[in-house]
Amino acid sequence: MNLFHRHEKEATREYPLLQADHLAIAFDRPVLRDVSITVDHGETLAVLGKSGTGKSVLLKLIVSLLSPDSGSILYKGNDVTRLTEEHLMELRSEIGFLFQGGALFDSMTVGQNLDFFLLKHTDLSIQEREEKIVEALEMVALADAIDKMPSELSGGMKKRAGLARSIVLEPELMLYDEPTTGLDPLTASSIAELILGLQTRLGIASIVVTHDLPTAFTVADRAVILNEGVAVFSGKMEELEHSEDKFLRDYLSASQLNRNRREGILHPTQRMPTIPESAGRAA
Amino acid sequence: MSEIELHHPPPLAPAAAPGELPTKPVIAPSVSGDDGSVWTKWLTLLGGLWVFAARFFKTLARPPYEFREIVRQLNAIGFRSMSLVTVVGVVIGMVLTMQSRPTMLKFGAEAFIPVMVAVSVMRELAPVLVSVILCGRVGAGIAAELGSMRATEQIDAMDVAALDPYKFLVFTRIMACMIALPLLTIYADFLALIGSWMIEKLYSGMSIGLFINSVQSGVDFSDYLPGVAKTIFFGFTIGVVGCFEGYNSKGGTEGVGKSATDAAVTSSLLIILLDVLFVKLTLMFWGPG
Repeated sequence: MNLFHRHEKEATREYPLLQADHLAIAFDRPVLRDVSITVDHGETLAVLGKSGTGKSVLLKLIVSLLSPDSGSILYKGNDVTRLTEEHLMELRSEIGFLFQGGALFDSMTVGQNLDFFLLKHTDLSIQEREEKIVEALEMVALADAIDKMPSELSGGMKKRAGLARSIVLEPELMLYDEPTTGLDPLTASSIAELILGLQTRLGIASIVVTHDLPTAFTVADRAVILNEGVAVFSGKMEELEHSEDKFLRDYLSASQLNRNRREGILHPTQRMPTIPESAGRAA
Repeated sequence: MSEIELHHPPPLAPAAAPGELPTKPVIAPSVSGDDGSVWTKWLTLLGGLWVFAARFFKTLARPPYEFREIVRQLNAIGFRSMSLVTVVGVVIGMVLTMQSRPTMLKFGAEAFIPVMVAVSVMRELAPVLVSVILCGRVGAGIAAELGSMRATEQIDAMDVAALDPYKFLVFTRIMACMIALPLLTIYADFLALIGSWMIEKLYSGMSIGLFINSVQSGVDFSDYLPGVAKTIFFGFTIGVVGCFEGYNSKGGTEGVGKSATDAAVTSSLLIILLDVLFVKLTLMFWGPG
């Protein structure tokens, strides 16, 4: 019996879906020093912070691509850092991961990318797999790209195809690593709406690593802000928006100013814009 | 209203450049660079290769295998190397015949040229030359391909999807190398003899029948089998080194190029060293006296 399914009923009641406590990891310098996060079932957490503050490292710790130097990560009450290889595989099959560039396998078509996941993790017939592939691609509006090679796709399409591949196995937790980085504002906005739509339709919990504030405000229920390897804020998006803390105000203002500059909304000399009301999470 | 947690940390050492993700070091030291002790690098590399190769046997003991991917890799590694091996094979035979001919004539041993060429090609030249050339064509290619997959997080994507990238990417390539190398060596043996006969025909008008008879009279199983058998190990070496370098590649696109170079250098050196061992073993079992 599946380890996680076996514990699912009681775990769903007794534990948060994911709970990471006091995580620390160092490479040639400390990256995370003391970070704790909690994600409940169906909840979306945004992890914000400057580049190089360990946001992506945090995601890789959750799926055991890296091991923490100290701290614990509990998924449905099971300590991820102490799982056997077999149980780690089970855990990973329940978690979807959208990489920055989509990470599509470039020797396969978009459809084969999705089919590869289904083939390895399910006993579905060819016809059933085809139906699931088309359904997943339709969710990300890429049904017509099913036979295209990754090299034929734009950056935004690659991310959408990667997203379709991640959700085709119906994960319980989705991890997004910079889902809108490198995209133009319109495509970034459409990706954010897509993430929100998938969460609403599939009810999966998510962790979204980003430094794109509008994306965070669009998709997330709560946010954690990392700075110098420590979580300097943990709370609801509304609390972040109205925080009087100087670091958070500076961070929010700088992020918004940079975005507005990119979109040509503000004169470059204008400082400290307020966060627009429309940036709040869509109902 | 949930509890807001706010605290500011003391400053850290200078951070990495924006967007630069620090990574845990992996055991894939460069053998082509000039920093550090050469012996330390080689010992670390051999240790890493040993662990990486041991995983191959662990995977071998756990079927099912990815047969479709093995066939795809056989096509990429074996079939697509045939044009290169064709040229190498014919040229080995032609050059060896042309080079040895004046000396053999001096000793009145012209009739032994076909046998000499056949024994030289089958025992040593075809297995070693084909393998060393494929270190560049195949070993570096595998390292570059897997290195690119590492740089674009495709290997990580397989890992987090519980798809066992070692089984799908590494095991299949090593198996394909172990199957393709002996077959390509047999093909090169054949073409070298054709090349040799072409030169003999040009210089002495020797018929193909006489050439074949001459070869058959002086070549036996012990000349042929060890030469082909050792290419299974050479194929294993090319596959393991190429996959190891690519799988553990770091440093983005620059790292991919370095992995490819290191794969070619390391595997060709290992093949030449392994060949000494195989020659000794061959002479122990089938050698004169």
